[in-house]
This record gives sequence, structure tokens and C-alpha cells, in this order.
Amino acid sequence: MSGTAVQIEHLTRKFGQFTAVDDLSLTVNEGEIFGFLGANGAGKTTAIRMLCGLLLPTSGTGHVGGANILTESEKIKKSIGYMSQKFSLYRDLTGRENIQFYGSAYDLDKRTITDRMAELTDRLALGEFIDRISGSLPTGWRQRLALAVAIIHRPKIVFLDEPTGGVDPVFRRTFWSLLYEMADEGVTIFVTTHYMDEAEYCGRISIMHAGKLVEIGTPTELVAKYGAANLEDMFIDLISPTGVIGA
Amino acid sequence: MHKIRFIAQKELYHILRDFRSLIIIFVMPIMMTFLYGYAINMDIEHIPLAVVDRDQTEDSRAFIERFYASNYFFPPGEQANFFDPQHLLRGGHAAAVLIIRPGFSEALRGGRPYELGLQIDGSEVSQAGAVVAYANALLSQFLRDKMLAPGAIMPGVTISQQVMYNPDLQSSHFFVPGIVAVILLMISALLTSITIAREKETGTMEQLLTAPVTPAQILIGKLIPYIIIAFLDGLLVLAFAKVLFAVPFVGSFWLLIALEMIYVATALSIGILISTLVPTQQLAMQFALLITMLPSIMLSGFIFAVKNMPIPLQVVSKIVPATYFLDIVRGIMLKGSGIEILAPQAGSLLILMVIFLTIAVRRFNTRIG
Repeated sequence: MSGTAVQIEHLTRKFGQFTAVDDLSLTVNEGEIFGFLGANGAGKTTAIRMLCGLLLPTSGTGHVGGANILTESEKIKKSIGYMSQKFSLYRDLTGRENIQFYGSAYDLDKRTITDRMAELTDRLALGEFIDRISGSLPTGWRQRLALAVAIIHRPKIVFLDEPTGGVDPVFRRTFWSLLYEMADEGVTIFVTTHYMDEAEYCGRISIMHAGKLVEIGTPTELVAKYGAANLEDMFIDLISPTGVIGA
Repeated sequence: MHKIRFIAQKELYHILRDFRSLIIIFVMPIMMTFLYGYAINMDIEHIPLAVVDRDQTEDSRAFIERFYASNYFFPPGEQANFFDPQHLLRGGHAAAVLIIRPGFSEALRGGRPYELGLQIDGSEVSQAGAVVAYANALLSQFLRDKMLAPGAIMPGVTISQQVMYNPDLQSSHFFVPGIVAVILLMISALLTSITIAREKETGTMEQLLTAPVTPAQILIGKLIPYIIIAFLDGLLVLAFAKVLFAVPFVGSFWLLIALEMIYVATALSIGILISTLVPTQQLAMQFALLITMLPSIMLSGFIFAVKNMPIPLQVVSKIVPATYFLDIVRGIMLKGSGIEILAPQAGSLLILMVIFLTIAVRRFNTRIG
């Protein structure tokens, strides 16, 4: 588990005059759970979209799973799973139909899809919800379904953009234990969150502010560095308008 | 192929589960056939015609009888002043006045030159044209029947125009095929124009683009279910038009449906192309209507013959798929044309389809924003 899953150098993305991601460089190791933190609008989603090949950077470069994000997005797509912040499965299809569709989009055969679906239904406790029209599901179930779709093809790297937003605490626990199991299997998890308890679960975290990376390290390191009581205090200290860099 | 099949299947689910798209698919074509069919009825009938008969013979009365016995003309009301033809026209009591001077019967029997007078209200241009055409037709028919002296010459006798393929000059026979072409083009383009825009709008495109699928797979997969649906729609519109307007069908049914399949695929490709270019469904639908409706009505030969258009418009008509399908439908339904005659049209449609799809695949952005 010593390889590099994600490596980006001087990644910048501008939308007109606005710089969403500004000179971002970081490295994520294989099998690591990497927490990508920052306030709303800090540039997290833009950065993830560039890593998934959905968005071209204005400048800078990077590799995901050994493939260049500028030129090899087709190769990247095969090795990653992606769960977007907004529910983006087909709302008029059932969970099963969504999973089947994406399974075949990843070139899995029918047998594999069936097996994998049974396994994920079990692990994510999808139960009978899998046969409901996904648009009618409550948020928590939608998120489970979106995770199932993101990992149906056993990707090496998973990008999760606020996967537990609007999800109850019990399920967040289940969700994270699943992420741990996946990390143990060697899957790299790149996750954004607003919940500081979740950030504590991460191997390392980075904090973005106004498009820039302002901190990176293990949760304990960062708490110690700022002399804060806990991660949440440290985070607020760091990014609030009166905080270390906010002023 | 495997992926295309699943994309097609998914798209079919979308269609079948979306009430709005089902309405577009099945209700709109029927409604449009109905509206267009009746609104664009170019047959001019029941024209008020006054007659001033100064000949007052059996022949002149028989001749007048021919006019009123046809569906085209009827006598003006009682209040009309028959001694002042101009007044009749100005007052709108009559659209035309037929004047038979004395000597009609003699001229007829003696084979002498004779001129009938016909005054027409020219402010209704198309009606005036119809009056002239109908009057000439009725006159020559009358003369043929009354040809008492063989070889008799009658001035004012127009050469009988033999009208091919549509002997009754029923405009519905001419227009219904055009309506079929226009409606199919609009509906088809409308159907596919929203498919990609919808995925962009709802955000599902974001997920789809992180999966290893190519633009060609997505576009062709989306096209397939719509080909089947638009094809069924075409049959529906054709059957409806046939029953409602009693249009003759002299050619091969199978050839028509084979070519109809090609036509809808071409029309759907236009929608797909639009869909790749615009961000929202609303915009896509507006675009689809705009670029299919006007050109297919004005430039395809639906109303105006392409060969009478200025050269630049003739060139534009070449990229309007309805132009070719109009030839196909009229050819097969009215003339019984076979594939040996319609092959160029079928080929042109295929070429247009390939062009539209190629541009769509090229233009399809595999990235967002």
C-alpha cells in the first residue's frame, strides 16, 4: 500500500475572473482515506470534478491511478467511482435498474452485476428499497444507492463528494464502516465532508479555503499544531473571518 | 454494442415512465394532423357567381346550369342587383360575374367566334385564380359535350388541361403527404432534442460522464428507442391522414414504411444534434420547433414548389429532410413510384442523418461546464 493514487501539481481552475481552485498540489496514497475539507464554495467540488475527468483544469497537471487527468480521462473513468454532491442517478428508474445500467456501463457481465448487487444490497442494507423508483427514496437511501452505483465495478479510487449530507447518524456510522472495509481492501477513498467527527475518521485531511490548500496532515497533527481542543475548533479557527487566514 | 443496448433500454424506461413524453408521442401527432389537415385546405369551393344572361336560350341556360351544378359556384342572394355587375362585385355579393351576350347559342351551333365575359373580384387572388381555372374547365367540358358541328372553332376555348395524379385537383391529396412529412419531422426532433438536455439539467449527465461510455454510444443508444417510437408515430399519422382525408394510396406500403423509418431516423438525428448544443430542455424544444417547422413548411415543397424558389433557398431546401420525404410520400401514395425512382431521396436522407449524427458526436462534450 505504498503506491500513489492521486497526485496533483499546481492545479488551477478559473471560471471567468473567478478562481475556483488556485494552485492546488497534493498527493494521496493508495488505500488511504483522505478527507477533503473546506467551507462551501472553497473549491472542493471543482477539484474533484477535475480529478474525475469531468472538468479540464485551466493550468496544472495531475495523475489519478497513474493516468494523466489532461489526456487520459477515458483510462481514469475505468478505475474510479464517483458520487456527486447532488443526487445524480436516474430518478425515474429503480435502484436495481440504476445499478444494472451502471454495471453494464462499466462493462460488467450480467452475472457479475447480479452477484455484486446482492453483495451491495446486503452491505448497504438496501433491502426492498432497491426496487423503488429512486426519485421517491428518502435522502439517506438515495445516498446508499449512489454509493452502490459508485462502487459497483470495484474501483481502485473512489471520489465521494459530501456522501453523508442529510443522512442520519446511524447510517453515517454504517457508511463509514463500509469505507473502512474498502480502504482495508486497498481502495483509496477521497471524501469531502462537513462533519468533523467524520474528518476524525480520515487518515489525513486537507483544508481548502478560497480555492487554496491551507493545511494538510493527520487530524491529530493539525489539532496539535493549532493548539485547539478538537478538530472542529481548529477548523473554525482556521477558516472563520476572524480566524488565522480568514482575516 | 452491449453498452448501446443498455443505454437504449434505460432511455426506453424514461420514455415509458414520463407522462409528458407519452403525450408528445401519441396525442400531438393526431392533433396536428387534424389541425393542419383542416386549416390548410386549399380547395376553394362555394364561390358566389352572378350570371347576366342576355342570350336567353336553351343553350345559355344549360351552360349556366353547369356552373351551379358544380360544387364550385352558387348564385348570389335575391337582393343582388343583376343589372349592375360592378355593384355586385364591389358589394361582395359575388366573386365573379359571367356575362353571356346575345348570340351565344348561334355561335355555338354555327361554329362562329364568340366571347364570353367574365368579371372577377381580383382582390382575393387565390380565389380569382380558381374562378378562372374552374370557368375554363367548365366551358371546355361544355363545348366537348355540345360539339354539334365537328371541327367547330370557338374563341375563348381554353385547351383542356389534363391534370395528372390528382384528377379532381383535390388539394388534400397534395397536402396530406406534406402534413405527414412536417409533423413527423417536428415530433421526432422534439422527442430527441430534450434527451441530453434533460440529463444535463437534472445532473444525471455528471454521473454518466464519469463512466467509461463514449459519446457515440450515448447518442446512438438514445436514438434507438426513439426510432421505433417515431416510426410507430409515422404509421399512426399516415393511417389517420388516410382515413380522415381519403387520400389515395397507389404505391407500395412496404416501401413507404421502409423509407419512413429512414426519414424519422434523420429527423431524430436533428433533435440529438440540438440536444448536444443547448443546456436546457426548454431551449432544446424551442430550437427543435424553430428549425423544423418553418423550413419544412416553407422550403420543402409542402406549399411552394422548390423549383420556383430563388437559388439560395433551393440550396437550403436540400438540407431540409422534409423535402425528400415529401417526394417519397407523394411519389408512393399518389403516383405509385418505386425505389428505382426514390433511391436518390432515400440516399439523401441517409447522408443527412450521418452528417447530423457526426456533428452531434463531435460536439458532444464529455466534460461539464
